[in-house]
Amino acid sequence: MLKRTPFHERTSALCVSQAWRRWAGFVVASSYELQHDREYHAIRSSAALLDVTPLYKYLVTGRDATRLLDRVVTRDVARMHPGQVVYTSWCDSAGKVIDDGTISRLDDQRYRLTSADPSYRWIAENAVGLDVAIEDVSDSTAALALQGPLSRVILERLTQTDLAGLKYFRLTPATVRGIPVTISRTGYTGDLGYELWLDAPHALPLWDALVEAGTPYGLTPCGMLALDLARIEAALMLAEVDYVSAHHALIADQTSSPFELNLAWTVKLEKGYFVGRDALAAEHARGPAWRFTGIEVEWDSLERLYAEVGLPPRLPAVAWRTSVPLYSNGSQVGYATSGCWSPLLKKYIALAHVRSPYAAPDAPLEMEITVEHRRKRAAARVVKTPFFDPARKRA
Amino acid sequence: MAPRYDAIVIGGGHNGLVNAAYLARAGRRVVVLERRDRVGGAAVSEQIFPGFTYSVYSYVVSLLRPEIIRDLDLPRHGLHILPLESTVTPMLNGDHLAQWGDHDQSRRELHRHSPRDADAYDEYGRLMQWMAQAVKPILSMIPPDPASLSPRDLLGLLRFARHLRGIGGVKLHALHKLMTMSSADFLDEWFETDVLKATKSASGVIGTFLGPRSPGTAYVLLHHYMGEIDGVFRAWGFAKGGTGGVSEAIAGAARAAGAEIRTSAGVTKVLVRGGRAMGVVLENGDEIAAPIVVSGLDPRLTFLGLLEPDVLPPDFADAIRRFKFRGSSGKVNLALGELPRFTCLESVGDARGPALSLRALRGAISISPSVDHIERAYDDAKYGEFSRAPYMDVVIPSMIDPGMAPPGKHVMSIFVQYAPYKLNGGWTDAKREAFGDAVIETLSRFAPNIRSAILHRQVITPADIERVTGLSEGNIFAGELSLHQLFFFRPAHAWSRYRTPVGGYFQCGSGTHPGGGIMGANGRLAALEILRSA
Repeated sequence: MLKRTPFHERTSALCVSQAWRRWAGFVVASSYELQHDREYHAIRSSAALLDVTPLYKYLVTGRDATRLLDRVVTRDVARMHPGQVVYTSWCDSAGKVIDDGTISRLDDQRYRLTSADPSYRWIAENAVGLDVAIEDVSDSTAALALQGPLSRVILERLTQTDLAGLKYFRLTPATVRGIPVTISRTGYTGDLGYELWLDAPHALPLWDALVEAGTPYGLTPCGMLALDLARIEAALMLAEVDYVSAHHALIADQTSSPFELNLAWTVKLEKGYFVGRDALAAEHARGPAWRFTGIEVEWDSLERLYAEVGLPPRLPAVAWRTSVPLYSNGSQVGYATSGCWSPLLKKYIALAHVRSPYAAPDAPLEMEITVEHRRKRAAARVVKTPFFDPARKRA
Repeated sequence: MAPRYDAIVIGGGHNGLVNAAYLARAGRRVVVLERRDRVGGAAVSEQIFPGFTYSVYSYVVSLLRPEIIRDLDLPRHGLHILPLESTVTPMLNGDHLAQWGDHDQSRRELHRHSPRDADAYDEYGRLMQWMAQAVKPILSMIPPDPASLSPRDLLGLLRFARHLRGIGGVKLHALHKLMTMSSADFLDEWFETDVLKATKSASGVIGTFLGPRSPGTAYVLLHHYMGEIDGVFRAWGFAKGGTGGVSEAIAGAARAAGAEIRTSAGVTKVLVRGGRAMGVVLENGDEIAAPIVVSGLDPRLTFLGLLEPDVLPPDFADAIRRFKFRGSSGKVNLALGELPRFTCLESVGDARGPALSLRALRGAISISPSVDHIERAYDDAKYGEFSRAPYMDVVIPSMIDPGMAPPGKHVMSIFVQYAPYKLNGGWTDAKREAFGDAVIETLSRFAPNIRSAILHRQVITPADIERVTGLSEGNIFAGELSLHQLFFFRPAHAWSRYRTPVGGYFQCGSGTHPGGGIMGANGRLAALEILRSA
């Protein structure tokens, strides 16, 4: 049987749709209601509550904790202040991405790392000879994401902690209705939002407190289908969907470097040695062969292709996660990995790997679509990401 | 001295703003002149009662053209349309009929009333989708003139004819029925459940001075259906922040494109010299010159209100005089201390998730218990009275957008039909309150706690709509959506193409093709026509 998160008692009672999905060996709601629309709009209009417990979580503590993390990841961990959170990737020695996640500096010698894949062995392997302890707290730490424009207002009703002063990608210890938690100003939606980290036994009282305080503000429990739309709008990639981990790839062509994933900003070549540095320095010098970018499918083209068979355009209400070929002047120059119809932007958007010469903003491309069983190509163009980037995200 | 502006747009309603945004994007120097202290026209949000935001007039968005949303990048300027997923109709016997966003759920609900209708519903849905698909392209078409021999008109007519022929025999027959029948008769061909027919036919009478048994109403049914099939999933919805949110977003886009928007700047007159528009005169006597003047006002104000009488050809002026407005609807906006409890929903439990009653309040509540109820409501209006028991479309925007009211409190928007503009004895303060009382009385039959829940009540009659927004006779579509006032007849034969008999004077309001509702197509098509000519 799949594992249940500490919130399962609540989430299962709410899951009218009985639509569940697997995530890292846990079962989580795809959507609570029969349709996921309202859950999506809650993220963008009021507030959404998401059970993100299945993330892998590791505590790294000790005198050499900073050294260890700096050795593993591409960001400059030594420069992090206590209370700071960074997003980072980490690579193998060939400079290909193994995984991506966040590092929270809880205090001087204590960090929490989150990842999409199990990472204990990789971190431990790099810790040989270092004075550091690595603890897998994936099951003992529960995590809830409270996301949306009203998330701050709701949280302020439950805690004395100054949330207005808690900046984007910062964290603070806090008490929420007497429950000790860590609140980080982070999330996977590209909106104003927080993530709450806590010991699993406190999970249900925390859920109840948030629902009680949040309901008058439109707080809505939200499943993975809605989250998938939001994260594509925010152009946040998903391991094993948008890229293949260097630890899972069977052939070298399946792997991607951080430069090829639009993560150049997370690679700090100047910080000194870290795994993959030499390969990355060489790639940096010659420039990456691929780019990871946003694609917008042109509406008129889509409408025309469907009109040819007498139909109005069919649009993906649920995000797709398949590899879709992209063309330029008849030859394939890339592939899209996630796409959806953005209910907010009224645009068909996708995240894609495109060979560098074809990846300049506004560059015209064609994306394969299947219209009535026939393969067609719809006009598309490269656009800058995030597709949706509200000021409130950082405000 | 060269004029400061290339174009003046009169009226900052949504169409005027869309028009200005498109003109400004094309590099024209544009100024929008709005009489009120805010933009939006009939698409405005106002805090009439502190802490509670009303979508004072227009309250839902269905047909806002997706190309406009994309072209003007409206989400970046704050537009967010939230879905309105269900419609629940309370019945006189204490039962209810619900239509949900989920197909299976809706089907099961209808099956409870009639297994036959549950089957028919899918087929009906397919037909309406065909019909909407057939009509939808016409919405984005600049109407050709059937009497003209100019190459452009002939080409347009050819395209139109080819489009109609492409629809095919069976569908063309259905379309003919939709164009000529009453909504009640049309629905009778499909369904047996009276409450279903009542709720569906209600959308055929909105904004018209017709009853569900009046021929011609079936088409309006289709007009309302179109929002649902569009490429935009669930196009029916609320604008976040109320319908004023739509206007604000378009205004934001227009400003970003370089348009200037002046409020409290009412226009009294369009200056015409030698058959050409030269500019406008403001209420304060100022004159503003521009070679292009665009009116977003309705046809009566555009032609009879702003121009000297001798400027227009007499047959055209006569056609405009005969253009029918006949406002037939009113609005009641409520601030509520608690949610209404509809008797028909209270008794129904649901093992999982939020109670049915709560879910239903996130959608529309239709007070249309029977076709007779609506027809009787119309009977009152036919003879110059407001309906004693009106048809109502009730929504609670704060259930979907909590920011519309303080936490735990709510706003309710009640669209009411019928309230004739030409009331026997005319509208007075006392009549307005009596109308409001009839609305609350009718509603309280289904939700008894409504009276005690009310913190504030705003009653709006067609006379109020006219006085505040300027819409003649309070018609919400800037002219009735009847067949003889659509497409190449809107607003008048030979002048349906956003032009007017006065050179450089254009029209872009809902009184032009393709009609009313927060669609924006009029403003956009008019801008395209202006850019083509200048």
